Amino acid sequence: MVLKLHGLPMSICTATVMTCLHEKGVDFELVPVDLFAAENKQPSFLAKNPFGQVPAFEDGDLKLFESRAITQYVAQEYADKGTNLVYQDSKKGAILLVWKEVEAHQFDPAASKLSWELAYKPFFGITTDQAVAEENEAKLGKFLDVYETRLSKFKYLAGDCFTLADLHHLPCLHYLMGTRVKELFQSRPHVSAWVADITARPAWSKVVAMTKQN
Amino acid sequence: MTSPVKVYGPPMSTAVSRVLACLIEKDVDFQVIPVNMSKGEHKKPEFLKMQPFGQVPAFQDDKISLFESRAICRYICEKYADKGNRGLYGTSPLAKASIDQWLEAEAQSFNPPSSALVFQLAFAPRMKLKQDPGVIKQNEEKLAKVLDVYEERLGDSQFLAGDEFSLADLSHLPNSNYLLSVTDRGALFTSRKNVGRWWDEISSRDSWKKVVEMQKSP
Repeated sequence: MVLKLHGLPMSICTATVMTCLHEKGVDFELVPVDLFAAENKQPSFLAKNPFGQVPAFEDGDLKLFESRAITQYVAQEYADKGTNLVYQDSKKGAILLVWKEVEAHQFDPAASKLSWELAYKPFFGITTDQAVAEENEAKLGKFLDVYETRLSKFKYLAGDCFTLADLHHLPCLHYLMGTRVKELFQSRPHVSAWVADITARPAWSKVVAMTKQN
Repeated sequence: MTSPVKVYGPPMSTAVSRVLACLIEKDVDFQVIPVNMSKGEHKKPEFLKMQPFGQVPAFQDDKISLFESRAICRYICEKYADKGNRGLYGTSPLAKASIDQWLEAEAQSFNPPSSALVFQLAFAPRMKLKQDPGVIKQNEEKLAKVLDVYEERLGDSQFLAGDEFSLADLSHLPNSNYLLSVTDRGALFTSRKNVGRWWDEISSRDSWKKVVEMQKSP
């Protein structure tokens, strides 16, 4: 039974799940959702995600939304396939839980606002709100100081292996590295090395290629 | 005999109370270690070793040091799976996936507007900070839309992730409690029949009543 992912590669959250599926080497069908025609607000899509957001995911009878719930499910359900994205050891697994939340609550709010202001808005011909951009650049800088210390002790955020905690940063990173915000990453040596490492992964490159096609 | 786990931070903090509710549901012994936030203790080097972002709670169990309330809750449920409420984080992969989905919905959709309102309406007055009417209005509208989704969901399901109380419901208790008990925005919940019913059920659990008592202590 083929897995289905409803969304678009240009959506940060859809791209995250696509990356996870590629890392696991699990076949899936990407079912496009026409966001520009507000297909995500139609009853047929709301039945898959009542919040009207992409992505939505199906594995047989299981239907899921929220990208972090989807990737966690995929990483566990297909644990024996492809890259190991979670730790089975309980202590290492506990640390992974922490850094997944750090991505969700510290990194993502500032990073996604910056992606919107500095990458998406120019693409759509909308004026950037510089005050919002500067406020979030300052916040992101402080979080990256914590990351710099962390990554000076460990190769990846949750320890010595690439995991979901690192993976979830990829789509935002991709957009931010194409803007002036790249300086925040490049000026911190351990963060910079980590960015270079994770963005060079083949699974991520496949998703980038699909984003460009669209 | 294992020593009690340690939770660093005041029970009145929404994130700390989330962890306390989970520990009580799971019947896990714990100790609350005070953190004097008005004196900036959470920004000092000793605390930053445990929580590098300078926020409460921090948590210690055995030799593991953790932070982020939802990570701590998941850890407690997994490590103490056989204690207390065994179904709190699901007893099968499919149940767990559904709970994770609604826990993420809480974190990503419910938490931002409800936290903003709790700060503006409950904490800012106490801290003698000026309220921002624009922020209040914007977040009330956002929260109303989220609760519309919940209203529909809770018409089909007893609790968010299914027919049993789970970590997904628990995670909503701290912010909701402040909104309903200390502000005049409780109608956001009580004007919605299914949400109102759900709130009554989850807030009357013994575990949450104990947390509310702890929040009242000086």
